[in-house]
Amino acid sequence: MKMTGAEVIIKALEREGVEVIFGYPGGAVIPLYDKLYDSSIKHVLVRHEQAAAHAADGYARATGKTGVVIATSGPGATNLVTGIANACMDSIPMVIFTGQVALSAIGRDSFQEADITGITLPIVKHSFLVRDANKLASIVKAAFHLAGTGRRGPVLIDLPKDIQTAEAEFDYPEQISFRGYRLPAEPSAAQIYQAVKTIGLSRRPVIYAGGGVIASGAAKELKEFAEKTQIPVTTTLMGKGAIPEDHPLSLGMVGMHGTYYANFAVSHSDLLIAVGARFDDRVTGRLDTFATQAKVIHIDIDAAELGKNVRPHHVLNGDAKQVLQELLSRVEIPQTKEWLEQIAVWKKEHPLSYCQDGDKIKPQYVIEQLRKLAGEDAIVTTEVGQNQMWAAQYYKVSKPGTFISSGGLGTMGFGLPAAVGAQIGRPDDLVICISGDGSFQMNMQELATIVQQQLPIKVIILNNGYLGMVRQWQELFHNKRYSQTELIPVPDFVKLADAYGIAGYRVKRPEEVVPALEQAINHPGAVIVDVVIDREENVYPMVPAGGTLTKMIGV
Amino acid sequence: MRHILAVLVENQPGVLTRVAGLFSRRGYNIESLAVGQTHDPEISRMTIVVDGDDRVIEQVVKQLEKLVDVINVRDISEAEHVDRELVLIKVKAEPKVRGEIMQIVDIFRARIVDIGHNSLIIECTGDEGKIKAIEKSLRPFGILELVRTGKIAMVRGPKYEEE
Ligand SMILES: Cc1ncc(C[n+]2csc(CCOP(=O)(O)OP(=O)(O)O)c2C)c(N)n1
Ligand SMILES: [Mg+2]
Repeated sequence: MKMTGAEVIIKALEREGVEVIFGYPGGAVIPLYDKLYDSSIKHVLVRHEQAAAHAADGYARATGKTGVVIATSGPGATNLVTGIANACMDSIPMVIFTGQVALSAIGRDSFQEADITGITLPIVKHSFLVRDANKLASIVKAAFHLAGTGRRGPVLIDLPKDIQTAEAEFDYPEQISFRGYRLPAEPSAAQIYQAVKTIGLSRRPVIYAGGGVIASGAAKELKEFAEKTQIPVTTTLMGKGAIPEDHPLSLGMVGMHGTYYANFAVSHSDLLIAVGARFDDRVTGRLDTFATQAKVIHIDIDAAELGKNVRPHHVLNGDAKQVLQELLSRVEIPQTKEWLEQIAVWKKEHPLSYCQDGDKIKPQYVIEQLRKLAGEDAIVTTEVGQNQMWAAQYYKVSKPGTFISSGGLGTMGFGLPAAVGAQIGRPDDLVICISGDGSFQMNMQELATIVQQQLPIKVIILNNGYLGMVRQWQELFHNKRYSQTELIPVPDFVKLADAYGIAGYRVKRPEEVVPALEQAINHPGAVIVDVVIDREENVYPMVPAGGTLTKMIGV
Repeated sequence: MRHILAVLVENQPGVLTRVAGLFSRRGYNIESLAVGQTHDPEISRMTIVVDGDDRVIEQVVKQLEKLVDVINVRDISEAEHVDRELVLIKVKAEPKVRGEIMQIVDIFRARIVDIGHNSLIIECTGDEGKIKAIEKSLRPFGILELVRTGKIAMVRGPKYEEE
C-alpha cells in the first residue's frame, strides 16, 4: 500500500500498539504531526523537549512499555540529549523520532540542522538516519525491537523532512532480525549447577539486586529465591522494589547512602549474588576494598557487564527472570541462620535514624509520613540530590515499578516530567513527585503540561533553599564554603501553583505535615506542597566518594 | 599486550564512527584500524590493533559485540595468522644514490612505483618487522613522505566464520 512517509510512521506506531507519544512540534516534523492529527494515538504536548524524553522514560518505567518521543530538528533534537542519556544510563526502552532537514540539505549547516545521530552516538542503544522512505516501516519495527529486548535502551530515528512527505510502501514486517544483534542464550546447565553449589556452600551470602530485576519483571522470582534460600537482599537505587522493603530479608539500599547493615552485610559476605546490577561506583565505593571476602555470582543480560568492574566467579548471562527460575528449580539451601542473626544485630544497633523534635521539619519525617499515607500502590518519582536519597532511604517500596528515579545519570529535573509520564501510563494510581527546590526549578515549566493533561500529580518539594546535596559535600569536605549552592530567593511555589491554577500549600511546622499531605492526597487535582525543611539537614549514613563501604560517617 | 581484532561489520554509513567512538569514549587505545569491503559487498571487515591487558581486551570485544552493526568480533592474536601492512615511502633519491636504494628495495622485495626528479616512491608490503626494517634502511637517504595502511590480518587454515 502506498502512502507518505509520515503515514507509514503513524501506521507503524499503531501496529506497535503505541498509545501515547510525548513530543513537541517544529518545522521539520510538521508532516508527521499532520498525520498524527488524524490518528487515535494520544499526544502529550510538553513544554520543553527534555521533558518529553523524561516523561516517556517515566511512562516506560511505570508501565514496562516502550516510551515514544517526537521532537523537531536542531534545537528540538538537542534539547532531548539529557533525556536520552538518562534513559540510556538506566536502560529504559524508548524510541525517539527527530525531524531532520531534507536529505539534500544535510551537511550544509542548513537552518535548524544538527547532526543528532552523531551527537547522540554514545547515549543510544542504536540509531538510524532514514535515507529511503521505503525502509521506514522496517526501521520503525527494528527500533522497537532493539529498544525493548535484551538490555533495553533508547533508539533514535532521524527523519529528514522530505522522507516524511515522500511516497512509500507500507510493508510492515512481522519480525525483524539483525545478524549483529543476538540475545544471550540461556546459561548452560553446568553453569547453573556450579552456581547452585556455590550458593549451597556459602554461609554469609547476600543478594545484590539492581534495575535489571525490575526491567525483567523478576521481582516475584527474586523474593521466592530469597525466601527459599534465606538469603538477605540489598538493592541499588534502581533495584528498589525488587523485594518489598518491609520484608524481613530486605536490607534496604547499599552504597554511598546505603544502610549500615546493607553495607556491612555486603562487606562481610562470603558470596555476593548480583542480579541485574552493574557494580556502579556509587554502590561499591573503593573497588579494591569492596566485598573482599566474597565470591561473586553475576547474573546479567548484558555480557559486557560481566567482568566490567568486578571479576565474578560465576557468570550467568541471561534474563534475570529466567535465570532465577533456573536457580530456583535446582537450588541448594545454605545455612544462613547465624548470618541472619548477625545482620539482625547490625539492624538493631544501627537503624536508619533521625530525630523529629523541635520546630523544624525533618525531611525524613515527611517521607515516612508520606509513605504511610500514600499506600503501597502509589508511584513515587524523585528529583536528584538529598531529596532523592531521603526518598531512597525512607520511602519503603513494596512493589516493582513504583519507585522512579534517575539512577545512572542523576538528572535534576527528571522527577516532574517523569511523574507526567507515570501518571499518563497509570491514570488510576496515585503519582507523587518528591522534589527539591533546585531540581523543581529545572523543569517546572511542565506544570503547564500537568494542567493541560489534567493530571492529579502531587508534588512534594523538600525546600531547603539550597542545592542541598552539593552543600552537604561542601560542609563535609570543603570547610563549609558554600560556593554557589544557596538558592535564595526561592520563588513562592504556592503562588506559582496559583499561577497555573493548581492547589498549593506551604508547610512550616512539624504538626502541619500530616494534615497537609492528607489534604494533598485527597485533593482531586494536582497539588504542590512546599515543605520548608530544616535547612542544613544531611543525608546519613554516608560513604565518602571512593571510600570503603564500612567506613560510613553519620552512623 | 597488543591484540589484533578481526571485526566483521555491516557495510553501512556510520559504522566506522560507531566503532571509533566506542574506543575513544571508553578510553581504549587503537594502534591501527584498517577497513574495507569483503567478498560480500554488504559486509566490511576491520582489522583493529589495540593495546591492553586481557581484561581490557575482553571489555573491548564485548563492547564491540554490543554494537548492532557489528556482526562478529574475534581476537586472532593467539591464532596462527598472517598479517600484512602496506607502506608507501617517498624517499630522496639523487641519481648517485639510486643504485643503493634499488638494492635495498630488492632485498625487501619491495617495488619502486614512481620515479621523480629527485625522489622515488617505494611500495612495500610485509609484517610489522619488515616495514620497520625498510623504513630504517631508507631513513639515511631522507624520507620525504610515508603512509601506512595499518595492519590487516587473517587466520591461516579454515574459514574465519567457521572457527
Ligand atoms: C542537571 C544537573 N545539574 C547539576 C547536578 C549536580 N547536583 C546534584 S544534587 C544537586 C542539588 C540538588 O538540589 P535540590 O534539587 O534542591 O535538592 P536537595 O539536595 O536540596 O534536596 C546538584 C546541583 C545534577 N545532578 N544534575
Ligand atoms: Mg534543595
